[in-house]
Amino acid sequence: MTSLLTYTFKNLPSTSQWALRFSMRPLSCSSQLRVAAAVQTKSKQTLAKPNIRNIVVVDGVRTPFLLSGTSYKDLMPHDLARAALSGLLHRTSVPKDVVDYIILGTVIQEVKTSNVAREAALGAGFSDKTPAHTVTMACISSNQAMTTAVSLIASGQCDVVVAGGVELMSDVPIRHSRKMRKMMLDLSKAKTLGQRLSLISKFRLNFLSPELPAVAEFSTNETMGHSADRLAAAFAISRLEQDEYALRSHSLARKAQDEGLLSDVVPFKVPGKDTVTQDNGIRPSSLEQMAKLKPAFIKPYGTVTAANSSFLTDGASAVLILAEEKALAMGYKPKAYLRDFMYVSQDPKDQLLLGPTYATPKVLEKAGLTMNDIDAFEFHEAFSGQILANLKAMDSDWFAQNYMGRKAKVGSPPLEKFNIWGGSLSLGHPFGATGCRLVMAAANRLQKEGGQYGLVAACAAGGQGHAMIVEAYPK
Amino acid sequence: MVASRAVGSLSRFTRSRMLRCPGYICRNFTKSSALLTRTHINYGVKGDVAVIRINSPNSKVNTLGQELHSEFIEVMNEVWSSNQIRSAVLISSKPGCFIAGADLNMLTACTTPQEVTQISQEAQKMFEKVEKSTKPIVAAINGSCLGGGLEVGVPAAFDMMLTGRGIRADRAKKMGLVDQLVEPLGPGIKPPEERTIEYLEEVAITFAKGLADKKISPKRDKGLVETFYLTELTSYAMSIPFVRQQIYKKVEEKVRKQTKGLYPAPLKIIDVVKTGIEQGSDAGYLSESQKFGELAMTKESKALMGLYRGQTLCKKNKFGAPQKEVKQLAILGAGLMGAGIAQVSVDKGLQTVLKDATLAALGRGQQQVFKGLNDKVKKKALTSFERDAFFSNLTGQLDYQGFEKADMVIEAVFEDLSLKHKVLKEVEAVIPDHCVFASNTSALPINEIAAISKRPEKVIGMHYFSPVDKMQLLEIITTPKTSKDTTASAVEVGLKQGKVIIVVKDGPGFYTTRCLAPMMSEVIRILQEGVGPKKLDSLTTSFGFPVGAATLVDEVGVDVANHVAENLGKAFGERFAGGSLEVLKQMISKGFLGRKSGKGFYIYQEGVKNKNLNSDIHSILAGLKMPSQPDVSSDEDIQYRLVTRFVNEAVLCLQEGVLATPTEGDIGAVFGLGFPPCLGGPFRFVDLYGAQKTVDRLRKYEAAYGRQFTPCQLLMDHASSPNKKFYQ
Repeated sequence: MTSLLTYTFKNLPSTSQWALRFSMRPLSCSSQLRVAAAVQTKSKQTLAKPNIRNIVVVDGVRTPFLLSGTSYKDLMPHDLARAALSGLLHRTSVPKDVVDYIILGTVIQEVKTSNVAREAALGAGFSDKTPAHTVTMACISSNQAMTTAVSLIASGQCDVVVAGGVELMSDVPIRHSRKMRKMMLDLSKAKTLGQRLSLISKFRLNFLSPELPAVAEFSTNETMGHSADRLAAAFAISRLEQDEYALRSHSLARKAQDEGLLSDVVPFKVPGKDTVTQDNGIRPSSLEQMAKLKPAFIKPYGTVTAANSSFLTDGASAVLILAEEKALAMGYKPKAYLRDFMYVSQDPKDQLLLGPTYATPKVLEKAGLTMNDIDAFEFHEAFSGQILANLKAMDSDWFAQNYMGRKAKVGSPPLEKFNIWGGSLSLGHPFGATGCRLVMAAANRLQKEGGQYGLVAACAAGGQGHAMIVEAYPK
Repeated sequence: MVASRAVGSLSRFTRSRMLRCPGYICRNFTKSSALLTRTHINYGVKGDVAVIRINSPNSKVNTLGQELHSEFIEVMNEVWSSNQIRSAVLISSKPGCFIAGADLNMLTACTTPQEVTQISQEAQKMFEKVEKSTKPIVAAINGSCLGGGLEVGVPAAFDMMLTGRGIRADRAKKMGLVDQLVEPLGPGIKPPEERTIEYLEEVAITFAKGLADKKISPKRDKGLVETFYLTELTSYAMSIPFVRQQIYKKVEEKVRKQTKGLYPAPLKIIDVVKTGIEQGSDAGYLSESQKFGELAMTKESKALMGLYRGQTLCKKNKFGAPQKEVKQLAILGAGLMGAGIAQVSVDKGLQTVLKDATLAALGRGQQQVFKGLNDKVKKKALTSFERDAFFSNLTGQLDYQGFEKADMVIEAVFEDLSLKHKVLKEVEAVIPDHCVFASNTSALPINEIAAISKRPEKVIGMHYFSPVDKMQLLEIITTPKTSKDTTASAVEVGLKQGKVIIVVKDGPGFYTTRCLAPMMSEVIRILQEGVGPKKLDSLTTSFGFPVGAATLVDEVGVDVANHVAENLGKAFGERFAGGSLEVLKQMISKGFLGRKSGKGFYIYQEGVKNKNLNSDIHSILAGLKMPSQPDVSSDEDIQYRLVTRFVNEAVLCLQEGVLATPTEGDIGAVFGLGFPPCLGGPFRFVDLYGAQKTVDRLRKYEAAYGRQFTPCQLLMDHASSPNKKFYQ
């Protein structure tokens, strides 16, 4: 009851926006009318807030995203991250000593470089006086890196922060079993030969069976693909729909690559190998080919296959985030503002991948925008089924009312504005690095197409999610 | 429960012959449509697949009754005669239930074995038709299914048929009982349960189509292939008569050992299987239906069906919903009982505070809760994550912090009136007005505990049984001052904890302890008369008690038994006399407190399974020897001396109004005290054994021992008018 009151109360000041939103809703019924709506003025001229610093992205880069086990397979994660960081230095020519702080996201940690941000920064030639830390939040790790940067700048702690992320799935830490580790640790403490022999005598062959990094959710023990398959079934999404969506992603990515739109990619000379210049996971196929694949997780009747899932990827990304006045003082022409953002979390079993559904209406409400205000949607594509389930969930009044405690649905993003330069399904998904790619894709699209607001959203393991509004920097 | 098991096993057996018919079980259902003309079944055709949905009206479960039979046969005939239909999917519209087994009401209505046999034969015909179907039939089962499934592999079949145990879905798949598993879905376009059922139907339809088109063979799956090889091997072995005889023998031995010949069903099932294998399936079918008919008419069957009904009844809150739901629970005393109560509370999501006086005692209690949960993880009944989440519902503390938010306090401190008074005073100083104070005691009268309470309407007894996480019974004790809302609240919490509940009136020993005490007194006397503890144990277990009488004393604790006997002896006087309390007192003085002290009538050692007699007991018993009376000391007399004292006291409890209904008396005796389930409880015993015969026995023993055996008035009333029954 109390919460209901607060809720209403909180919404009172924005009554005008609600009214506007409702008045516009009928317009979105037909695509023709929607075009008319898009021409209309935005709910807000800008998302700048009084007394809060404007925070801008000057530019961002990424290494080409490669299928795991290809050209990057002999590298270590900090090598990849270093490539992204030096690429950013090169692209922006930011003086190294101006950078106040560096934050990178990563998911599967290389134990030797657990603070990979520091190791990469040192190697990339940043000042050893610039502190760096590493964050982890599953697939939204680099989103967390960026929003941490935003917070540092907004609170006046820093002016110039580099945020990014890295993932190297070609090599993952595989451990000895707990029993073996225990024996090895005890051995190192054993003082006499007798103690050592008695420890060794306890050795059993099964001690040697290794422990692989968990591909499953720790709390539920369910792999993400399995959960995605169940999610697709819960939203009654067919195999064909999923294959069609995956094909769309690959086709759009190929087109964007061919047209040179993926300008955030910087070439990377891999030691001992050729220079890598572009993503290698983009493979538009045919629906017939895709239909031949067997389900990858729920056999034999599941719908999630290798072709409609994102693949294991190596890659790194980095963006340069500044306070607006600092950027202008340094003579930069920023690409975009980073505006309101929102983290959400929900049931990690049955709603593992629905983060965008929960985060989108909240961030829009917070910013005072509606779906119609958004010109560029950049959603992380973990699985075709996951994206389509999120689109259906956002378009369902029933779901909004019964699971999100909302009066009505937020609406589904129009596909013509949605991931039109490809997505994680086709470009690849290095867990810790995808967030920065999404933000740069949104910023670059707004610059290219002349839109004002972009919406970035992603789901993550643990049942968490993230959304952020990106506003184009006026020309 | 027990009854439905037996029934379930039989229908399982019938279906086990669906071997060739790809079985897929589903349990769900769709909303009834206006087109429904049948009451139990509706069916539609999707493409070339017939979808048959079972939904018995006005019931939570589908049961195999006559209407369902006839409608099913009708529908199947349509399916088989239609050219359009190439395969069929069988599914239930009820979430969580495919077919629960045979309709108990239908069986109860039968008066002769022949009627039951006929019903069984009709069911067989139905299953036979399904088995011989030329069109593939896929059964889609959502959740548990009693009596359904596809049995491959003779050993597995034996095991299942005999114990009627529930099989988890993944095991069923491994055993080859089902071909595919469908995992429950989360929220999507519809409520999860509804969509899961739909999805199951979709998958089943695809499967049925695949089978009809010969695109799928159910054996292609790797798991099934393995099972298949296993079956091949087993069936080869079974084709050798010598091996077969050995297997029959082994199974029979095992069954006899477990049931002590008190439950007729398992042995008959073995007979039936034997007949089926040795003489062909027709003979097997015939034998099955006949044996089923005979079984349904046995006393055991009536007793077990009665228990099943009683249990269902005692799982309801007849006091209505309490005004305030209990969300915050506090338990005083982290001993065996306190920690046990905490364990069954935290895993139901109750926020629970466990309080004790010392850190060591509290730590022991917390460890007990953790171990209880962790054992479930080891058995894969919980994930480690669920364990952690449940364990987080438990707060251990040494003070009364947070008690101002408690909705209910259950005290489980030592059985000492002054101590109970002390904690009651302390607690009442800190708890809010609405908070219920429940006392977990096995013998102290609640009104005496409540005597010092500022608000006696909020005081109630909640008598749990040890070990709390295993024993299903909860005896709730109300005083004349206890308010109805307090009772409703206690019942609500008990039900949440998964208990079967009886509500009784206050009095010395309430109901359960009061019935047990005279029997225990007789146990001591029998021991004093020279019957050894081992012999006594075997006499009682062969009568159907799950635990022997001497062992029971050890389990309860000799000091506790003595304490209870003294208290109740004072209250009830001569009727509770029998053996000499001196036996218990001498045992206590020598430190023989039962299992907890390592020695009682037996010696208990960690890791030693076969317990040995405590030889020191001989001298105690020899010193207190009583002359035995040969005419009432045959094995049978000893058994009946024990059981009739129990029964007489139970009936007296009903006569005095301590018990509200005979049903609660039977449930309490069976689930709390281990009264032989095959006898159905003391009241069912009187009905089935005969009130007159019971009184005759009591009179015979009365002549030898005196007033302890004097039958109570209600029992004599029943004896004098043969039409009077506790269960009509």
